[in-house]
Amino acid sequence: MATQEVTMRIWRGDAKGGVFKEYHLSIGEGMVVLDVIHAIQATQANDLAVRWNCKAGKCGSCSAEVNGKPRLMCMTRMNLFEPGKTITVAPMKTFPLIRDLVTDVSFNFEKAKTIPHFRPKAKEADGTRRMFQEDIDRVQEFHKCIECFLCQNVCHVIRDHEDNKKHFAGPRFFVRLAALEMHPLDTNDRKQLIKEKAGLGYCNITKCCTEVCPENIHITDNSIIPLKERVVDEFYDPLFRLFRKISGKTAP
Amino acid sequence: MAAEQKYESHEYDVIVIGAGGAGLRAAIEASAQGARTALVCKSLLGKAHTVMAEGGIAAALGNVYPEDNWKVHFRDTMRGGKLLNNWRMAQIHAQEAPARVLELEEWGALFDRTKEGLILQRDFGGHRYARLAHVGDRTGLEMIRTLQQHAVHKGIDVYMECNVQRLLKDGERICGAFGYWRESGKCVLFKCKAVVLATGGGGKAWKITSNSWEYTGDGITMALDAGADLIDVEMVQFHPTGMVWPPSVRGILVTEGVRGDGGTLTNSEGKRFMFNYIPEFFKAETAETEKEADAWYEDKKNRRTPDLLPRDEVARAINAEVKAGRGTSHGGVFLDIASRRPAEYIKRRLPSMYHQFRELADVDITKEAMEVGPTCHYFMGGVRVDADTTAATVPGLFAAGEVAAGLHGANRLGGNSLSDLVVFGRRAGLYAAEYAKGLKGSLTVDTAQVESIAQELLIPFNGKGGENPYTIHAELQDCMQNLVGIIRTEKELKQALDKLATFKQRLTKVSVEGNRQYNPGWHLALDLYSMLAVSEAVTLAAIERKESRGGHTRDDYPKTDPKFAKVNVVVRKSKGELRISQEPLPEMPEELKKLVEEQK
Amino acid sequence: MSDNSLAIEDKVTQRQDLWWLEPLLVVLALGGFVVYATWAGLQNAHYYAAPYLSPFYSPCLSANCAHLTLPLIGSWWNLSPAILILWIPAGFRVTCYYYRKAYYRSFLGSPPACAVRDIAKTYTGETRFPFVLQNIHRYFFYLATLVVIFLWWDAILAFRFPDGLGVGIGTLVLLGNAFLLSLYSFSCHSCRHLCGGSLNTFSKAPARYGIWRVVSRMNERHMLCAWISLIWVALADLYVRLLSMGVITDVRLF
Repeated sequence: MATQEVTMRIWRGDAKGGVFKEYHLSIGEGMVVLDVIHAIQATQANDLAVRWNCKAGKCGSCSAEVNGKPRLMCMTRMNLFEPGKTITVAPMKTFPLIRDLVTDVSFNFEKAKTIPHFRPKAKEADGTRRMFQEDIDRVQEFHKCIECFLCQNVCHVIRDHEDNKKHFAGPRFFVRLAALEMHPLDTNDRKQLIKEKAGLGYCNITKCCTEVCPENIHITDNSIIPLKERVVDEFYDPLFRLFRKISGKTAP
Repeated sequence: MAAEQKYESHEYDVIVIGAGGAGLRAAIEASAQGARTALVCKSLLGKAHTVMAEGGIAAALGNVYPEDNWKVHFRDTMRGGKLLNNWRMAQIHAQEAPARVLELEEWGALFDRTKEGLILQRDFGGHRYARLAHVGDRTGLEMIRTLQQHAVHKGIDVYMECNVQRLLKDGERICGAFGYWRESGKCVLFKCKAVVLATGGGGKAWKITSNSWEYTGDGITMALDAGADLIDVEMVQFHPTGMVWPPSVRGILVTEGVRGDGGTLTNSEGKRFMFNYIPEFFKAETAETEKEADAWYEDKKNRRTPDLLPRDEVARAINAEVKAGRGTSHGGVFLDIASRRPAEYIKRRLPSMYHQFRELADVDITKEAMEVGPTCHYFMGGVRVDADTTAATVPGLFAAGEVAAGLHGANRLGGNSLSDLVVFGRRAGLYAAEYAKGLKGSLTVDTAQVESIAQELLIPFNGKGGENPYTIHAELQDCMQNLVGIIRTEKELKQALDKLATFKQRLTKVSVEGNRQYNPGWHLALDLYSMLAVSEAVTLAAIERKESRGGHTRDDYPKTDPKFAKVNVVVRKSKGELRISQEPLPEMPEELKKLVEEQK
Repeated sequence: MSDNSLAIEDKVTQRQDLWWLEPLLVVLALGGFVVYATWAGLQNAHYYAAPYLSPFYSPCLSANCAHLTLPLIGSWWNLSPAILILWIPAGFRVTCYYYRKAYYRSFLGSPPACAVRDIAKTYTGETRFPFVLQNIHRYFFYLATLVVIFLWWDAILAFRFPDGLGVGIGTLVLLGNAFLLSLYSFSCHSCRHLCGGSLNTFSKAPARYGIWRVVSRMNERHMLCAWISLIWVALADLYVRLLSMGVITDVRLF
């Protein structure tokens, strides 16, 4: 089996401070960054803190910044990097550091609590729920989200401006809000919340969330911009408002 | 000082340990019943192993085949489990699964649809009809997210990255649980009237496994330590299709949905070898020729393809092919859907498989065959529970999901796990809340007991330069893989027992670097305690069952033995030692027996 | 093992690739276009070379036009007629969801690239003036659609030579221009929303669903359409301009 020598530069430290430490080791074929971290744990640094679960890109636990780019470590293969070059692994920047590569992502769980829940309309006359594939395709894309929070991490609105965390939900929750708003059965109206409390207007659609999404969800084009348009319908488009008043209709 | 003052402490009616499908569903139900409920989990919320479930959730909705009903599902489950199942659990499961699936839809889940706008169902191994409600190949994710969001909006308290280590008892009854925060390493005490275990299995003790670091058998071990019975722990399911190449991804699951959607298994000679491995038990309902097998995909009136025999059969067949020298160069067999279905279809039906192989193995599954081999996947055995209430043999202890035993017998059918989680998760929450409500008088936590546990947790910090927990873990995995794997013999099992004894010795000398704050070395050292306990229980039970049945194959007893068809192997702990016994299975009523014996 | 004391917070980014290349290219390309378009729009000359009208001057609405499309404005208007209409495509592009990304990143540096620190210390996004005005994008879409109709009209007129019907290189240039601008306009996110994106149950409106699907497909290439149509429209103006100045001569194909 082909082995290769690598140098890893890994952030070690906690909220009080820390340093990048270098580790040298040899790696085998097909290894991903997370495998290398595990190898270092097993042989050189038992206490190297890292969060992980499935190791198959399905749980979204092992988010970090590899050579400055937000990625899942389990889906980042070592052969992506030029041989011989040092690879830097740092924790996600947007969230408070706990230790080494582990950050405190409770921000996201707090935001999740603020989203009004799913409230389905009445069942069909025959007691079933009829939805067609074309009705749910769009929402199923949003349901692919594995909550790795890489989009939250890369979003400059909160990454570079701590004070925006109060009034900005972040891409993950715009995806969630879009999933609820476009759900064919849901009856809750969240547009006011999307505009005000979730702070959709803070997003300047620079698309980094979409770039880093390991599930390839088109966060900006398919959830954020459609939500922006729905907010325009409700709050910024005088013709639409007039039309709604006259026809007495709300969005279908 | 009382333990409540010394350690961070919380008081609830019910605490649910584990936040996968079963734990979440239990917490939702207990909370709905008015019990003060907390959910405690080792990882972040929504990361539990349920997200890994791919293929679907089995429920006889009859949307695709109106002929399907609970009786057929019951029969399939019993036959798949080689009749070792607890019949009552199998009955409840088959009867209640459809309601639980529809309930998920009420909570916002979006399953793939039929042309009529109903929930679409897919074929899976051992199920006579297309029965699995699914969302592409990420059904578990849909399920856990739906339950998670529902639980969050019900305001259930969630303790994340909190690792419960031991259950506490007041006399015979459960009175709490004790563990530590992973983040700070500080201890935490939960006082409660009832505990629901929903902690999953212990597959991380094997080397080639689809299980994550969490699967260390904590729940099973805590139940054992608390005096509860285990049954069927020798029944470990090896999923026939895990990835085999490259080495670093070995064991990662490849969904059975690949075969359900038309994929076939072939050996290095290009032959569909499964036709040579049809057991007598399934002869009547399995196709004998390729033509007949392919016709089944179009019309279920035909007999099913042997590629979709229950998992134990397929795993053994792959094992045999590789042993006979007809495997791939990496020691697997081929799973081919590329030559059988159009690329678009594959990408739509199996998006995450497509992604997984492309990213991790440089294989485009729409163009090439996958290489697959068996991987340790699921514990059919575990905590012995009452079929209706999920109560373990210790008052106040309940268990649901993989940690509980009985429903799946000797082998679990694909898709029956997700339905198990919601059917019995709900029942666990319901009856735990009921038990807590009915409990009179107060419970007292024994301060001395708590103190001794707290001391025990810190032992790995005491020494310097002792055993490395990672080394012990790696050796344990090798031991279980080689000696307690798919094919077992008495000699090897006994060797395993000896090794386990030395591992236990070495664990007492383990030492870790660093401090208590988020220290994975320390966490692993503590997890090793339960991995070793579970490994020992599995090995002992495997020695006791001198026959081959379902997930348990003995080279020295290659046939099923009618004597063993009527008993569960029971493991319990007394005076610090594991004891093995055989106890009779509950007797199935006549009308259900008839259902099971029906051919085709 | 060696220590390297460098706090993670100290750097603008840990990225090691050429992250600054994309914003730089956008600044050059967009900046170049704006400079050229402003210059060309203010020229008030060389925008018509029969039968071709430069797209920067279409529709030509003032009585003084070298090639009048619609006499909406009297002869009192003696500035460049391009000023009367250029604000429409300009506004459409400025408020476009793609260009917003492009110039927020490369001109305002918020952020310059992903995981690279914002240049500005404070940030309010599109919640305040002037950026809150981005929400009127759909009105620019309506207006831009009108302009596109005129551009097709110009393209049709480009077949009409003094000696009868024909096709010159310029005809193809103007046809291409109308086609590309149509692609750009109708792949717009607002258009996608108005066509069907606002619905929650597609199965109840199959026609709108069908249109939405087509627009969605185009929308995936909205960035590409934005750049190609931008470059093409500038080249179309340049072609007409050079013809009119006599620098080049048109080639008749038929």
